[in-house]
Amino acid sequence: MKLVLERREMLSPMLRFSAPVASIGVALFVAGFFLLASGVNPLLAYREIIVEALGSGYGLSETLVKATPLIFAGLGVSLAFRMQIWNIGAEGQIYMGAMGATWVALFSGIHNHWLMLLAMFVAAFLCGGLWAGVAGILRAYWQVNEVIVTLLMNYIAILGVDYLVYGPWKDPNGFNFPLTAQFSDAARLTEYFNTRMHSGFFLALFCALVLYVFMERTVWGYEIKVIGNNQNAAQYAGMNTRTAIFAVLFLSGAIAGIAGFSEVAGLQHRLQHGISPGYGYTAIIIAWLAKRSAIGVVIVAFLMGVILVGGDSLQIMWQLPVAFVYAFQGLILFFLLAADFFIIYRLKLIRGSSHV
Amino acid sequence: MTDILQINNIRKTFPGVVALDDVSFTVGRGEIHTLLGENGAGKSTLMNVLTGLYHPDCGNITIAGEAVHFTSPRDSIRCGIGMVHQHFMLVPAHSVFENILLALEKVPNFFNRKVYKEKINQIIAEFDLDLDLDTPVWKLSIGAQQWIELIKLLLRDCQLLILDEPTAVLTPQETERLFSVLNRLKGQGKSIIFISHKMREVMEISDSVTILKKGRSVTTLERGNFDEAKLAALMIGNDKIPEWEKSGQVEDVDVLDIQSLSVQNDRGLADLDDFNLQLKKGEILGIAGVAGNGQKALAEVLTGLKKATHGKIMAGGEDITNSDAKDSYIAGISHVPEDRKAIGIAPDMSVADNLIMKNFKGNAFTNWIFQNKAAIHQNGAAKVKQFDIKAGPAGTPVRYLSGGNIQKVIIARELSEQPNVLVALYPTRGLDIGSAEYVHQVIVDGTKRGMSTILIAEDLDELLKLSDRIAVMFRGKLIGYVDPTNTTRETIGLMMSGVTPEVVA
Repeated sequence: MKLVLERREMLSPMLRFSAPVASIGVALFVAGFFLLASGVNPLLAYREIIVEALGSGYGLSETLVKATPLIFAGLGVSLAFRMQIWNIGAEGQIYMGAMGATWVALFSGIHNHWLMLLAMFVAAFLCGGLWAGVAGILRAYWQVNEVIVTLLMNYIAILGVDYLVYGPWKDPNGFNFPLTAQFSDAARLTEYFNTRMHSGFFLALFCALVLYVFMERTVWGYEIKVIGNNQNAAQYAGMNTRTAIFAVLFLSGAIAGIAGFSEVAGLQHRLQHGISPGYGYTAIIIAWLAKRSAIGVVIVAFLMGVILVGGDSLQIMWQLPVAFVYAFQGLILFFLLAADFFIIYRLKLIRGSSHV
Repeated sequence: MTDILQINNIRKTFPGVVALDDVSFTVGRGEIHTLLGENGAGKSTLMNVLTGLYHPDCGNITIAGEAVHFTSPRDSIRCGIGMVHQHFMLVPAHSVFENILLALEKVPNFFNRKVYKEKINQIIAEFDLDLDLDTPVWKLSIGAQQWIELIKLLLRDCQLLILDEPTAVLTPQETERLFSVLNRLKGQGKSIIFISHKMREVMEISDSVTILKKGRSVTTLERGNFDEAKLAALMIGNDKIPEWEKSGQVEDVDVLDIQSLSVQNDRGLADLDDFNLQLKKGEILGIAGVAGNGQKALAEVLTGLKKATHGKIMAGGEDITNSDAKDSYIAGISHVPEDRKAIGIAPDMSVADNLIMKNFKGNAFTNWIFQNKAAIHQNGAAKVKQFDIKAGPAGTPVRYLSGGNIQKVIIARELSEQPNVLVALYPTRGLDIGSAEYVHQVIVDGTKRGMSTILIAEDLDELLKLSDRIAVMFRGKLIGYVDPTNTTRETIGLMMSGVTPEVVA
């Protein structure tokens, strides 16, 4: 008798759906041991997460606030994934987007509210897009691996923003803190219900809808799918794969850049050190969990928002380190990859006197 | 002595499809056993079962009298079964040597390259192959790549070799050499399962033939008990092979005029060298030549996938020399590629999506920037019906189709825009008789509405049957034209080896 792995001939749709759910469950289970080791009852902790993140209007609004940049960045990353392009640089693109929006907010001198927001949006879109576009050009023309380029450019973007907020853009009245001056009211997104929730969330939902239609209904979406599936066939069909690689990385970065716009215009109202606490990396997990679907990104980003908000309260209640939240995210991705393996393969028990 | 392989009542189903229904046959030691069957008869599935890729639902396999249960190709390799697949299992970026080493078990972590190289070179010398161990595989012709696959099996000391249409990519001389190798291996007591559609080869090499039809083994015949007619009848049943006449509607107008065209390959060698060709309207122009003499480059440069370094391509008075694939398509040049799985299809997308790949931006399938899904599905359904594509339920990814049906998808797509020129590379390679006839019919039908075809094929019979004229290529040059109604195989054969027609005459 022995246990062997066998490739499944057909992928079961049921399994494709249940595997991500199961992997989150297993991640919760394993994370429970870490909680136990820290002297916290995991059941109480998980209950705390749910109650804090969803149990009150305030909690829910905070969850949506956290979900907003995650949706943008997740959409950006998932778009590139559709074409088998691995954009690991959403974090840097968020910073560049935030920088572009801030530049407009502080120095453009526009007074009209809508014009100001539009200009900030466009600046963030272009900054994020061009930042990723660098990797796009390198990949399209010289086959430079976009994983490395996008990843390393994160550090440049983050340190570049740090330079600005510690240096030339520092608020003279800011008591030497690394942040810019506050934006004028013209440069702020609308907030609702006396909470921190802002219209960026609806922009994110709209963006998801646009991207869904873009991928599933438009000619370009079709082109991206063909290129992602078989680049040689795409070339043979006359598609310009170079342009497509650049365009997709540009768009991917641009959408992540909007997250930067939404953060500075909706939440922080200024540019500062550490504007994104790793949303761009969480976005990779989100895109993977969502199976690259735009609607899936919204759902998973919301779940991640729950974990982030609940995680904050764990820090307050039990003095758990923030690292726990990241460890938990890591566990989810880890088990998800394992689940993907079992979607493709199955374990089989072989009995009797089998040769070999 | 026990038989090397015994297969009993194998059954294998996929969701919704019975691929193998009830297959039994026996291969003796030192026997060359041919498997014959149309596409979709279950040959590939059967081989995948035999090499451990698939697990049969029921039935059993015994190797040398012992029941075996393969769970992975590794198990099958350990039992001494080796296979040369139709689509080679090679790492293109690695050298020949590295690819061969990959196939060997128990290569120590620190090994003496020289010892291994010598071993491999011995085999290369023994069989008189032309192979440089340090060349990366992607630079080799398909014919040369096959030798690598074969060397792997020989080094592994396989007792049962499975060759899936090995001659499809070989020149007649290479085929002969392969057959002598196979016969020598047979003399050493090795057994060979040979898969082919070419009757003449089957007749020449087989000790016994098993015919598969619709997932069942119809019968096994020993040498002496079969002839071409009988095998064909058993394989395709009672379907009559349709006859057709040549198009005969050639107009004396050049649709394509290729003038002293040169194309270089990745090694900087000339694939096409001062090549000239004229294609007339409504003509089927056959290209004969030993594989690797520039046919692929010709197709690629015509369809915009490769750039010419010198010379001109004129289409209807217009210079299209360095247009890209899209422009060529718009100019009315369609292309049925040689390697269908690698460049012909997007395997995870549906048949309907694949059918519009060349024309996805056309008005028929778009509303402004949006795709017209209804039109795409309608087109898909219509083409599936028209070309008799066995595609499964709507939305099935193309990867689940058999080779013949994938080819039909490609041909349906290429012909859907009524091209002026069709460049078809080996369009019937690997197809069963029924599908091949169908493809021929489609090409002949095309000429009736003025389509010109450049038909690149390895099978002389096919070229002689279909072509209005045959152009013979050798080392990237045009050797000359022959009239298929007024020539001999010998003439073409001589020209294929580079002898100019004046000398032949």
